[in-house]
Amino acid sequence: MSTAGFNSQNGTGSGQVYANGPSQNPPALQQLPGVGYGMTHQQTYNPMQAKVPAPPGPGLYPFGAHQPVAPVSSYQTGQTLSSYTAPPSQSLLTRPPLGTPPSHTPPQSASPSPGPRLPPAQGTPPPPPVSSNSYYPNPQQQQQQQQQQQQQQQQQPQPQQPPPPPMAQPWQYNTAPPPVGPPTSMTAPPRGPVANHVNPASSLTVPPPPSSAAYVSAPPGQQLRSAAQPSVPGMPPSSLHPYAQPGSAPPPVNPMAPHSYQTGIAPYVGAPPAMKPTPPPTGLPVARATPPPPKADAQCGAALNSVQSPTEPDSQEGDIECPGAVAGNGPPASNSYNHVDNTMAVPPQPGPPGRHLGHYPSLPPGYQNTSAPPNATSTAHPAIQSATQPYTHAAQRYQQPPAGPGPAQLSPSLAAMSLQSSTPEALRVVNLLQERNLLPTGPISAPTPCLPQDLQKINCSPEVFRCTLTSIPQNQSLLSKAKMPLGLLLHPFKDLSQLPVVTSSTIVRCRSCRTYINPFVSFLDQRRWKCNLCYRVNDVPEEFMYNPVSRSYGEPHKRPEVQNATIEFIAPSEYMLRPPQPAVYLFVLDVSHNALETGYLNVFCQSLLDNINALPGDSRTKVGFITFDSTIHFYNLQEGLSQPQMLIVSDIEDIFLPTPDSLLVNLNECKELVQDLLKSLPTLFEKTMETQSALGPALQAAFKLLSPTGGRMSVFQTQLPNLGVGALQSREDPNQRASAKDIQHLSPATDFYKKLALDCSGQQVAVDLFLLSARYCDLASLGCISRYSAGSVYYYPSYHHQHNPAQVERFQKDLKRYLTRKIGFEAVMRIRCTKGLSIHTFHGNFFVRSTDLLSLPNVNPDAGFAVQMSIEENLDDMQVVSFQAALLYTSSKGERRIRVHTLCLPVVNSMSDIFAGADVQAIAGLLACMAVDRSVSASLSDARDAMTNAAIDSLMSYRQSVLTIQQPGLLAPACLRLFPLYILALLKQRAFRTGTSTRLDDRVFAMCQLKYQPLVYSMLMIHPALYRVDDLTDEGALNINERTIPQPRVLQLSVEKLSREAAFLMDAGTVMYLWIGRNCNPNFLTQVLGVPSYAAVPDNLYLLPELDTAESQRTRAFIGWLKDQRPFFPSLHVIRDESQLKASFMQNMIEDRTESALSYYEFLLHLQQQISK
Amino acid sequence: MEAAVFILSLVDCCALIFLSVYFIITLSDLECDYINARACCSKLNKWVIPEMVGQFLSTMIMLVSMHWFIFLLNLPVAVWDIYRYAKVPMGNMGVFDPTEIHNRGQLKTHMKEAMIKLGYHLLCFFIYLYSMILALIND
Repeated sequence: MSTAGFNSQNGTGSGQVYANGPSQNPPALQQLPGVGYGMTHQQTYNPMQAKVPAPPGPGLYPFGAHQPVAPVSSYQTGQTLSSYTAPPSQSLLTRPPLGTPPSHTPPQSASPSPGPRLPPAQGTPPPPPVSSNSYYPNPQQQQQQQQQQQQQQQQQPQPQQPPPPPMAQPWQYNTAPPPVGPPTSMTAPPRGPVANHVNPASSLTVPPPPSSAAYVSAPPGQQLRSAAQPSVPGMPPSSLHPYAQPGSAPPPVNPMAPHSYQTGIAPYVGAPPAMKPTPPPTGLPVARATPPPPKADAQCGAALNSVQSPTEPDSQEGDIECPGAVAGNGPPASNSYNHVDNTMAVPPQPGPPGRHLGHYPSLPPGYQNTSAPPNATSTAHPAIQSATQPYTHAAQRYQQPPAGPGPAQLSPSLAAMSLQSSTPEALRVVNLLQERNLLPTGPISAPTPCLPQDLQKINCSPEVFRCTLTSIPQNQSLLSKAKMPLGLLLHPFKDLSQLPVVTSSTIVRCRSCRTYINPFVSFLDQRRWKCNLCYRVNDVPEEFMYNPVSRSYGEPHKRPEVQNATIEFIAPSEYMLRPPQPAVYLFVLDVSHNALETGYLNVFCQSLLDNINALPGDSRTKVGFITFDSTIHFYNLQEGLSQPQMLIVSDIEDIFLPTPDSLLVNLNECKELVQDLLKSLPTLFEKTMETQSALGPALQAAFKLLSPTGGRMSVFQTQLPNLGVGALQSREDPNQRASAKDIQHLSPATDFYKKLALDCSGQQVAVDLFLLSARYCDLASLGCISRYSAGSVYYYPSYHHQHNPAQVERFQKDLKRYLTRKIGFEAVMRIRCTKGLSIHTFHGNFFVRSTDLLSLPNVNPDAGFAVQMSIEENLDDMQVVSFQAALLYTSSKGERRIRVHTLCLPVVNSMSDIFAGADVQAIAGLLACMAVDRSVSASLSDARDAMTNAAIDSLMSYRQSVLTIQQPGLLAPACLRLFPLYILALLKQRAFRTGTSTRLDDRVFAMCQLKYQPLVYSMLMIHPALYRVDDLTDEGALNINERTIPQPRVLQLSVEKLSREAAFLMDAGTVMYLWIGRNCNPNFLTQVLGVPSYAAVPDNLYLLPELDTAESQRTRAFIGWLKDQRPFFPSLHVIRDESQLKASFMQNMIEDRTESALSYYEFLLHLQQQISK
Repeated sequence: MEAAVFILSLVDCCALIFLSVYFIITLSDLECDYINARACCSKLNKWVIPEMVGQFLSTMIMLVSMHWFIFLLNLPVAVWDIYRYAKVPMGNMGVFDPTEIHNRGQLKTHMKEAMIKLGYHLLCFFIYLYSMILALIND
């Protein structure tokens, strides 16, 4: 996320700004940044101009130097290549408009720029710049991005190779950038990270020799490039000359490219083909001409690798960009690049690769841990690979439909940039009945919206903000025709490794709709901006004219607010209704006999003791404790007491607080008393024989205690409350657990908890519920207390300190995370969307206070939200729509903060575009939320039918409105190929399954999780990942923090994939199973499990022994890495064929048939039957 | 006697009209964010039973006085009111539930319902008025 935002700051942001304000062009010329910006400017701006200034720039160091011009060219090459491939698909459509103008400019620019400069350097160097110029017009946007990256890159490289003077003048260009390095200070804060990400790329640009080497090195690692590479080394020298010529030619190349592409090599070759055509025109050595293209490809690939792999968020974008870039800039960039490579690259190659690798892990280490690794490595590659094969076909097909509307709608710049390159793949027709292996080998990344690259570059990360349809239909009738749900999935308070924070006395917002200023607004001129949600024109306040990052004046478009789609403001006092509350934690503990029996109290007290200093808060932090059985016990922890004083209130009918002032105490002042209490609590009730539980009165007491301040209430409950208000009865009939008939009692039995939750919500109190019980606790009723007060629910079925060590460990780890994770108090979240769209349903834990305002007494980093939307007005005249989620909260330090996320998505008017933009994971997640609602309000069978119908309807709609040729079979676009699988997985998920014995509480808890978990985690719960782990190798492994994480491929969930000779790991979110085959490789048994034979595998093994063997290290690194990726702790079970847990392992084999459910193939047949009716 | 029946119905009908208007105003307040969901729902839930009683009353009056046509006109609405009340799930806080009202377009549904009732009560009002005048003249 954050990284992405940063990148945007550096490069993209500026690009946008400029585009908005044409007036600024002149400045662009003068100033270095201007160059980059000018580029962005697009049509009006002549790319050449931009560059032209740049050349002087190097000489002019101050300004020109700034400009990464030189780097740009070099950089572009890197990216352009990538971009090139993508374009072919669209290039035909979109490019023509842009292409032509650019073509004109390029020659001009080329001639001037190369003429003067290049000659001095070397014959070869000049050409590259030329080529870049020629392409510029189209690629401008891309270039911007590239520039950004380049800048970043430059920054880093600069230090390394400050004086590459020896290089030809072109190098001077590059050298110039080093001075630019300082300019980085502008973006400085964010950059640091960015630079890191980009490092590999940067190395390329700045120090051409090393960089080139790096590139080369990188490619070999990757399959795709490898092919191209071989040509590269050999070619460099020769390529230079030819290259230059082609470079000049490029304009024609663009048009040519598409043709060449189609015919050309399937995957990546897009770029090269383009090149080939060009050489012939030049008449020069064709052979030479051709070589360069391969380089380009290779480079592109390399660029991709380097860029993507380092940064997670970027990586995703990068993937897309690469293709997109290909379309636009590909050729020019490649040219420039080649120069670099040619001159310096060849010799250095060996060296750089090494470097690269070294840098690699170091750059985004923190990041990678979270999510980067999956995206960067795995996603990119598979995407590319997959793209390659189907590409040609898909591209051709696709072009036709989009050709009509696509270009026309989008502004030329948009069209040029559009990422549609990805769409052909997304729309590739898949016959689900015939293709067996649909699962990608690695994690599935979110589709990238088809936006101009400069917008996409700064767009909100899909981890935070995701839409089920990344292309928004133009009107409601189109949406209902597509039969897919439209909604957003949010993870607004996600832990971010980097987040720009802005302190300012005035927060700029739209005056009519109160939208926060964001990267997608347009600046009419320096003094006015137009809201992208309501289209009102607002004034830019005086203060906003000054850019604190660059310390410059008059560049409102470069403020961090306009450069980052995710940003945090420190709110001034207008955003406070009362002084920010302190962090207040109240623990409400069940101490009945049953509770003591489970032994949770020891664990809790110990965890709290261990983490008491890590509780988020400041000097005002308060804590309090209440215990209850049939009576309520308060603890007076007033400073000055020699020991905690227990006060018992037995009148549970009319609860009161015995000493209201001393029950919640300042943690710092009374820490010793608190610690005393925690040490003595477990023993205090050891002998209790009280079996009743007065939860309701205890909650009322806790509410009274917290209501003056607000805060967090953590409730630990181990049995059905059976005394006082809120008493519940057991509603579960164990004989009905496996019933195929409708499941009863999914809705609450009483409104007591809901009412209390709303009272809590009104007083800014959130209730988190920890349910540890082997028996039925009526989570459906109890859960309301958390659901409407924005708390979270943790459920540990069959918790027992001796009998269930796996649960104990999970409880411990979860508790640690729970106590120490970030927390926001008295929060509200508002989700705004562009006029014409409206939100009609919300999913998650909160109370909807008014139409778009969610009341969140507490917000935590592990909470996800979903909303459903409808289109109320036609969006005909809009090209993009935006969504903004603003979360206002009080940090644990007593600061009032606003975190703003803005997502921008394109509007489309054809069915094929809608389908191409479908995000199958988000759709599955949203459908799960809707199904939970449905099963509560109607019935479970209703919900199941609705889910099946969702799959049928959307596939039918696809067949009828997108497919022109009717073929037999069950056809789906590639982007929806996993849709039926996910629906089937949902039907077999614990929450919705029928016919399999499922405890009511388990089911209700699964439902809670589906609604409350962020999408990434709920996807694992819906569709677990299966890996083979007995043959882990370092091939394709990730390198994080000096650790090597093997990356086995994800297998289908079918017994057919299991083999007796192997061991498999199933990752189902909150639980992992390590299944050992009967004839498992003895090597694995001894080296990883530390047992001599299969028979010796213990029945309840929850931990892998730490053996000093490579296999053990690999396995533990892999499992540890999986565990690190989620905020909760999954328990690991090692199981054999005889284990009791084998049943639950097998239940996750979604593609197989069970007694009560269809197999995947049968399900597909069922769908097909319904569709063809 | 006839006139008395209609005067009584007329009064009852006026009350129901006022209730409908009150519902509409409160719901539109919620739509416009002037009040929060909780306040709105507790206000409205208070009047759900009086509305039912009023509707039931006029239905019974017509039944007792044997005005079959008007009785049949009233019956569906009375039945709907009872059905709606009986269908409220156990965990909800009444016909209007603050946690649900913003979901699945419930607010719009409630609004539509209140509008239809208003129209219906206005119709009844004029029927009663006409019948009352007729009855007075006949007397």
